[in-house]
Amino acid sequence: MNRKSIKLLIPLLSILSALVVSTLIIALAGRDPLMIFGKMFHATFGSAYGSGQVLFRMTTLIFVALAVALPFQVRLFNIGAEGQLLMGAFVAAMTGTMLPPWVPSTAAISLCIMTAMAAGASWALLAGVLRVRFGVNEVIGTIMLNFIAQGITGYLLTWHFALPSTVHTAPITDAAIIPSFSALTGWFANSPANLSTLLAIGMTLLFRILLFSSRFGYEMRAVGLQPDAARYAGINAGMHALTAMGIGGAAAGLGAANIVLGYRHFYEAGMTGGVGFAGIAVALLAGARPLWILLSALFFGVLEYGGLTVNALIPKDIFMIIEALTIILVIAFNALGRRFG
Amino acid sequence: MTVAVRLSALSKKFGSFSANSNISLSVEKGTIHALVGENGAGKSTLTKIIYGMFRPTSGEIFIDGKAVCFSSPRDAIHSGIGMVHQHFMLIPELTVTENIILGNEPCQIFQRIPLKKSKALILNDATAYGLALDPDALVGSLSIGEQQRVEILKLLFRRAAIMIFDEPTAVLTPLETERFFATLRSLRDKGKSIILITHKLDEVLAVADMVSVMRKGEIVGTIPAASTTKGELAQMMVGRSLLLRVTNPPASPGETVLDINKLCFRTKKGVDRLHDLSFTIRAGEIYGIAGVEGNGQSELLQVLWGLAPEGASIGGEALLRGCSLIGKKPAEIARMGVSHIPEDRLRHAVIANYTVSENFLFGRHRERSFHQGTGFNSSAVNGYTEEMIADYAVSCNSPNRQPLRALSGGNQQKVVLARELSRPAISLLLLAQPTRGVDIGAIETIHQKIIEARTNGVAILLVSSELEEIIALSTRIGCLYKGSIRHTFSQEEVELKRDSAEAFQKEIGLHIT
Repeated sequence: MNRKSIKLLIPLLSILSALVVSTLIIALAGRDPLMIFGKMFHATFGSAYGSGQVLFRMTTLIFVALAVALPFQVRLFNIGAEGQLLMGAFVAAMTGTMLPPWVPSTAAISLCIMTAMAAGASWALLAGVLRVRFGVNEVIGTIMLNFIAQGITGYLLTWHFALPSTVHTAPITDAAIIPSFSALTGWFANSPANLSTLLAIGMTLLFRILLFSSRFGYEMRAVGLQPDAARYAGINAGMHALTAMGIGGAAAGLGAANIVLGYRHFYEAGMTGGVGFAGIAVALLAGARPLWILLSALFFGVLEYGGLTVNALIPKDIFMIIEALTIILVIAFNALGRRFG
Repeated sequence: MTVAVRLSALSKKFGSFSANSNISLSVEKGTIHALVGENGAGKSTLTKIIYGMFRPTSGEIFIDGKAVCFSSPRDAIHSGIGMVHQHFMLIPELTVTENIILGNEPCQIFQRIPLKKSKALILNDATAYGLALDPDALVGSLSIGEQQRVEILKLLFRRAAIMIFDEPTAVLTPLETERFFATLRSLRDKGKSIILITHKLDEVLAVADMVSVMRKGEIVGTIPAASTTKGELAQMMVGRSLLLRVTNPPASPGETVLDINKLCFRTKKGVDRLHDLSFTIRAGEIYGIAGVEGNGQSELLQVLWGLAPEGASIGGEALLRGCSLIGKKPAEIARMGVSHIPEDRLRHAVIANYTVSENFLFGRHRERSFHQGTGFNSSAVNGYTEEMIADYAVSCNSPNRQPLRALSGGNQQKVVLARELSRPAISLLLLAQPTRGVDIGAIETIHQKIIEARTNGVAILLVSSELEEIIALSTRIGCLYKGSIRHTFSQEEVELKRDSAEAFQKEIGLHIT
């Protein structure tokens, strides 16, 4: 078997083994696994609303996975997509509430998206600078910045911007709302799926071009593969580390736009629900390759929403187990593949 | 005399690469046996096998006449073997005593460690071998020489009868080295068998009883230290029968391209690697630097390519046609018309996972002629790649798909050479170990191309550990020893002596040791 087919097989094998294990767990919990999986399938792909829900979740997952995947190419592990997402969400919501009502829709949306991207990017860059200038390991740096982001958004929300007796901000101006598919075309029956999904797919393609067809990506991948050789070739490794983090953070900010501008239309405490961490899983399952992230995000989107729909029958925690198991198996199979491949 | 360690037809392969092949060696009890050879000759692999860190692919090891098979250093330690690594395995936050007994605490688990008793034992050993040390001092506060003594005491504490030292003097000052040799002799006189790995020939002659020379994973000779000379050892270490058949027409050098004037290099730790180094290279000549590795070659190349490690202090001048190279970055230096072929190909010159054609661009990807939009102009790149592949006879069937790692060492080196020599406006080539890890067939092409570039007017700085290569290619030869040029052979001398290469090698050998 050649390398390419092994690479293809590993994620599939991991998903399959994880499903087998979870089937056992469901059976042990006294439920019929086939019935559960069947119900999940119906609730997701079987209904317009369910498909929309999956699409919405997949969109956020794509963005946060890109936020993890790009730094991964230069051997940086961005655990901070959650913090970058939070900052992006808060800033997008603030921009959206502060815009005067006469601003036209395209301008309002673009402005909110750009501020969200800038917030995510600067939060990630902070970790990048800490790493490149001061030698703070990016794993520690991003984890700590996650806490700080939580602290800042939590404080600003509860003390300054929350509407009385709620945990959310005022709604954003109507002009800044990214239209949902159902509002535009009637697809996906009132589900939160919105035009951000197109943006996510576009961004994924852009990332692919950036990485594999541009001179910039050529240098960046070289830094990741062999940093010493890159230095000898006169490539500025530190600069690439920073841009990878910055662009990654901007992608996380776009994920925030999907949630805030496309669905909730305000900032609410706990609205990200740790999806930034799920992004790590999505990126790992895809081996940090942009196009694979689309599939991997779809898989996790189905698990996440599907798990929710069968929550009454089986605790959705089971699906967290599947997600985590898949990742562990991917890593383990990859290691095995390297040893024997 | 009894034999302490005997190796019989020992081989170690990593994949298809033979790190050690068919090694047979006997170390007699109560002697100091030196193992010398260039970097990559296989010394470290061999000692790691003896110390149980690697398992041999084939062959046998006998300790005190008994066949042994170690699966980990633990087994080796039980058989009375001890090793002092080049980088010490000590914990700076613990005291000398604690470090010495670590892993061999004279008590049961959960029992109180008998520190007092251990301390007495250690002091006993220390006085017996003249290793003065404060057993309560923190290891982190000790000098390098003292830390080495701790390592030796650790071996004594474990009652090791066979001691392996890996480059023990690399980090010592001359005074500490003297003292260390005295210790080695007293260890030997008390019946310990010592294996000493080094590439410093002075030291071998000063302290060893027997010397084995390794080259390319094989032992090329074992001789008593008393009956050999530095020159002979150097020649055994670095010389090799290349079957060099390259014709080297007389050079007609032009103006000075590189002017190195009183260049000094001091590491962060204050060790002088280059000291008042001066030489010039003219257009159209190859200046060969002959020398045993570790005499400043790497530092010289690092300075010239703008990659001196942080904290190193550099003095003197390095001028390229009057412009200083010091303090510039590799990309700027490349723009000035300098090209560099580093010695460690896979680590520094290529990205092994990139395709062959991507590697042809590597380091030259900033050149406008390859650009199109934000990406590369594939027809320009393909044209250039095909031309180079044909010109250098690189055997490779699909340069756009084959990763470089799939090519043989010789073909990889041809890719690097083609890329660097075809740089537009190249005036200086820094060329290190051009044929290391290269098969005989490719050597000829590579040498021809180097001579061709010289004839076309490129100034070339050649650093090689192969004396034969230096002699065959160079226009002038500088003998590097301890960071400065000790002797220079002029163009007339080199041209005259090239025909009697063996005698010339011996003569050079005298200047580099």
